[in-house]
Amino acid sequence: MMEFNTSELTLLIPEMLLLTMACVVLVADLFIPEQRRGITYLLSIATLVFTAIAILRLHDGSAIATTVIMNGAFVRDQLGDVLKLCILGVTGIVFVYSKAYLRERNLFKGEFYVLCLFAVLGMMVIVSSANMLSVYLGIELLALSSYTLVALNRDSGVASESAMKYFVLGAMASGMLLYGISMIYGATGTIDFQTMSEVIAAGGANGMILSFGLVFVVIGLAFKFGAVPFHMWLPDVYEGAPTAVTLFISSAPKLAAVAMALRLLDFGLGGLFEHWQQMLIIMAVLSLMLGNVVAIAQTNIKRMLAYSTIAHVGFMLLGILSGSETGYAAAMFYAITYAIMSAGAFGVVILLSRAGFEAETLDDFAGLNRRNPWYAFVMLSMMASLAGIPPFVGFFAKLQIINAVVDVNLTWLAIVAVIFSVIGVFYYLRIIKLMYMDEPTDEHPISPRVDMAAVLSINGALQLLLSIFAGPLIAVCVIAVSGIPG
Amino acid sequence: MQNQYLIIALAPLAGAIVAGLLGRKIGRAGAHWVTILTVGLSCILSLDVMRRFLFQDLPVFNENLYTWLSVGDIEFHVGFLVDKLTALMMCVVTFVSLMVHIYTVGYMKDDDGYQRFFSYISLFTFAMLMLVMSNNFMQLFFGWEAVGLVSYLLIGFWHKKETAIFANMKAFLVNRVGDFGFLLGIGCVLFYFNSMDYSEVFARADSVQGMTMELFSGHHWSVITVTCILLFIGAMGKSAQAPLHVWLPDSMEGPTPISALIHAATMVTAGIFMVARMSPLFEFSEVALSFVLIIGAITAFFMGLIGLVQNDIKRVIAYSTLSQLGYMTAALGASAYSAAIFHLMTHAFFKALLFLGAGSVIIALHHKQDMREMGGLRRYMPVTWITAWIGTLALIGFPGFAGFYSKDAIISAVSHATRDGAGFASVLLIAGVFVTALYSFRLLYLVFHNKERMDEQTRSHIHESPWVVTLPLILLAIPSIGISWWATEPLLFGDFFGSAITVLGANPLATLESEWHGPLAFALHGFMTLPVWLAIAGALLATIIYLFRPGIADSAAKGLRPLHTLLDRKYYFDEFNQIVFARGARKLGQLFYRFGDQAIIDRVFVNGSARMVGWVSGILRQVQTGRLYHYAFGMIIGLIVLLGLFALTTWN
Repeated sequence: MMEFNTSELTLLIPEMLLLTMACVVLVADLFIPEQRRGITYLLSIATLVFTAIAILRLHDGSAIATTVIMNGAFVRDQLGDVLKLCILGVTGIVFVYSKAYLRERNLFKGEFYVLCLFAVLGMMVIVSSANMLSVYLGIELLALSSYTLVALNRDSGVASESAMKYFVLGAMASGMLLYGISMIYGATGTIDFQTMSEVIAAGGANGMILSFGLVFVVIGLAFKFGAVPFHMWLPDVYEGAPTAVTLFISSAPKLAAVAMALRLLDFGLGGLFEHWQQMLIIMAVLSLMLGNVVAIAQTNIKRMLAYSTIAHVGFMLLGILSGSETGYAAAMFYAITYAIMSAGAFGVVILLSRAGFEAETLDDFAGLNRRNPWYAFVMLSMMASLAGIPPFVGFFAKLQIINAVVDVNLTWLAIVAVIFSVIGVFYYLRIIKLMYMDEPTDEHPISPRVDMAAVLSINGALQLLLSIFAGPLIAVCVIAVSGIPG
Repeated sequence: MQNQYLIIALAPLAGAIVAGLLGRKIGRAGAHWVTILTVGLSCILSLDVMRRFLFQDLPVFNENLYTWLSVGDIEFHVGFLVDKLTALMMCVVTFVSLMVHIYTVGYMKDDDGYQRFFSYISLFTFAMLMLVMSNNFMQLFFGWEAVGLVSYLLIGFWHKKETAIFANMKAFLVNRVGDFGFLLGIGCVLFYFNSMDYSEVFARADSVQGMTMELFSGHHWSVITVTCILLFIGAMGKSAQAPLHVWLPDSMEGPTPISALIHAATMVTAGIFMVARMSPLFEFSEVALSFVLIIGAITAFFMGLIGLVQNDIKRVIAYSTLSQLGYMTAALGASAYSAAIFHLMTHAFFKALLFLGAGSVIIALHHKQDMREMGGLRRYMPVTWITAWIGTLALIGFPGFAGFYSKDAIISAVSHATRDGAGFASVLLIAGVFVTALYSFRLLYLVFHNKERMDEQTRSHIHESPWVVTLPLILLAIPSIGISWWATEPLLFGDFFGSAITVLGANPLATLESEWHGPLAFALHGFMTLPVWLAIAGALLATIIYLFRPGIADSAAKGLRPLHTLLDRKYYFDEFNQIVFARGARKLGQLFYRFGDQAIIDRVFVNGSARMVGWVSGILRQVQTGRLYHYAFGMIIGLIVLLGLFALTTWN
């Protein structure tokens, strides 16, 4: 049955380009002397830009038709392309923010960029996966790169410890996922999403094995998201990893996770909707509760944002579990805006840190307005948006999700989400209060380089613009999810 | 045309952003150049729109440009409706704004907040344009609040001045009252007309006409009447109609250029414009129109009276503005929308002129505003003096000047109206003419004529203002004299406004039209009418009291002590508000604060739940032990629970 059609390769150009360039960066970096490391940086940015251009070129100016290639392993559609572009964009932001940070800590090495590029490749594979094998390959590529990234600073005990935890727990989650996949394969006789959904719809699968498999697969997915109770790695890794790496793993992978959930649960296992919806409800509610409540007790901003991530994951799960196209679009919109907000928030954390000083505690934000009103305002808009205060874009994201949940008659879930969001507002407002009301404890001038200043300002402005022009992006998300096959 | 309209609206915004955010980088000159050029561009393009309407039959533009939000089947758009009414407003707004921009270069010369000021007035221009160009209630409300915001910012511009802060707060609070009504009105529109779009709402007015709502059981109210009165309450706040007028005189604490731009020529007329725009709704409610008419007439007469006893030069003009806004409102109430808009336009020119003239005097006297310390300024400041005369003659409605035609149209329309309250309103308006002339000439004489009463040191520094100040005065004096010669016929009798304004009953200006034989004949005929003689009588009385026998004023004040006190305390409105609303609200607030807030909400709900959350948070935090095997254990438990809940139940 295996056949290979070379014309299909054109649809793979972006991925192939990224892979080739990542290898080029890897080799080229060996020959670049320490003081010219900037070349690696530029090369990596160029890689992202060219990959993005390659994706756009495949569009021919119109919406792309959903095409499954490589014997059902790979799907190219609107959803994939939108999310890939967002992943590339966010990664570009990460590169710019982290440059000065890495340089000051003697971490400005080729490995960071090569690993990030491979992680991006992994995410792109996940986003485009059309069978279990490609999902798993993508996840492993992303996960292995992430473990290594967390341990990038070999001299730091905390970083190594958190990398170790991440690795062990990640391996467990991978194992469960793989186990689940094998059971689903056993029950349905296929790893292909399309065939799988057909077999399940026809009732030709062993119900019990299938539901065992589903539980394991959902757990693997929940681990990627960081949903409660599979969230344990998240706070430790966020805190332990160098801020530049935290910035990366907190933003782009959430986009890949949403894509994976949509592909796997809706496209592949859509027939088991009632089952996975129940599981996601439990995890979403727990995530909303735990994330928002525990974040209040944190004094370290990276840990606080980690718990905030857990809470936001709860919201994304709400969108997915509603099972409607509006819900999927809302989850996607939420993930995109969340990635932008998270990047901006960690960007400000990086901005405040310098050689020998990490700006990790909340008190380091005291009096930021006095020191630099513009970046204080950027942080304010990020915090207000994460909290979901109108008119910032985070409000519209939450509104979409709540709309979708209410539409499928799960109003109680919407109420839970709103109550815990309100509790969560406290810790975001605390940052704002610290920045605007308190006296600065640190008078060190804030003088970012031009590229950092420009991108962070654009990041802040983007967040504001999106709140005014939320409509078009929502429309893009709606079109994108309507193209999911199945 | 769409691009042209977009440029008109957005150019001042761009100027405001540049001057506001990059103010320090581009410097003072940069800030005034960028804002003057962008507003100038808007002004030229607006005049071009007007030219095309007049000579090239430009079609009415009504399109949505961007959908901001859609909730259910209601959509919130950003869109423009540009017809001749809008075009007229655009020209007035951008022209006066441009004059004020130029003037500010001289007036704010030594102020530290120079760039900030330019940024604000450009932002204001943008907001006002969005308001007048809107094609829906949502955007109208946006513009309405945005102009309000800039107004508060500018009233409190000198934010270290105690009185400015008080005035700022007062304007804000009083406008909340108006906006509350306005918002309820918009809510009514949304609820009963199921649309935010002007054209759709107006088209449905016919079908909503018979509908009633039951606010209290047993009492049925016409929907349209309630909606219109609520909308008009919004207009009362913004256009400072009694009893919501109290903020306008205090707003004079702001710098003079904005008194001219915002608190005389443009923003305060937003209410007038809004009612005229809503004429297809108001026409269906006799009750609402009577209400409008009576409020307008009361404001016109009684606010003018207060102007007689004020000594601050800007406050006299402020009360005059209140009175003139009353005239416009009364015209609206008499269905003479075109006359109201016409007076709005002429008033914008001559009142801006008077304010800027007052500002010119204030600069010369080093920010002294008390008229008792002025006098004889005509010898030092000839340009300001002559333009002030022109402005005054226009204001009192002296035949031939701009204000004559517009005010006469209003008085004629109201006196021929048959609506409830029209007779009462008509008497007040005609009497108001006398009062207007009296306080206007009082101001003129006290400032420019008579003996010089300032101290020696001030006197030695008086000189005519620089050209950036006098040029706007001259440019505003021209339309103050001549605009009506050209505009009266098309605006009042022609079909200028077309479908923009709807009048259901008989044309209220029909009588006037029959007397119209060209502007010159009309001006000559004016000398045979009562209002003009009242104006001349007022002017003469002022001449006697303030020019020839200055002693009379004091003895009259003594003889009419109770009346004088009443006027001096502004009918005790401020005291009433202060005691009843301000103190009452604070008392009530304290009561709620002690019992409701501190005892119940704070102790039980807020602190209680905060402590609760904190406690839970502290406990849950312990779960995150940092030990790997605990984490792994957690995952396994999660797995087992999920398996137990789902997989095993399927098995059974």
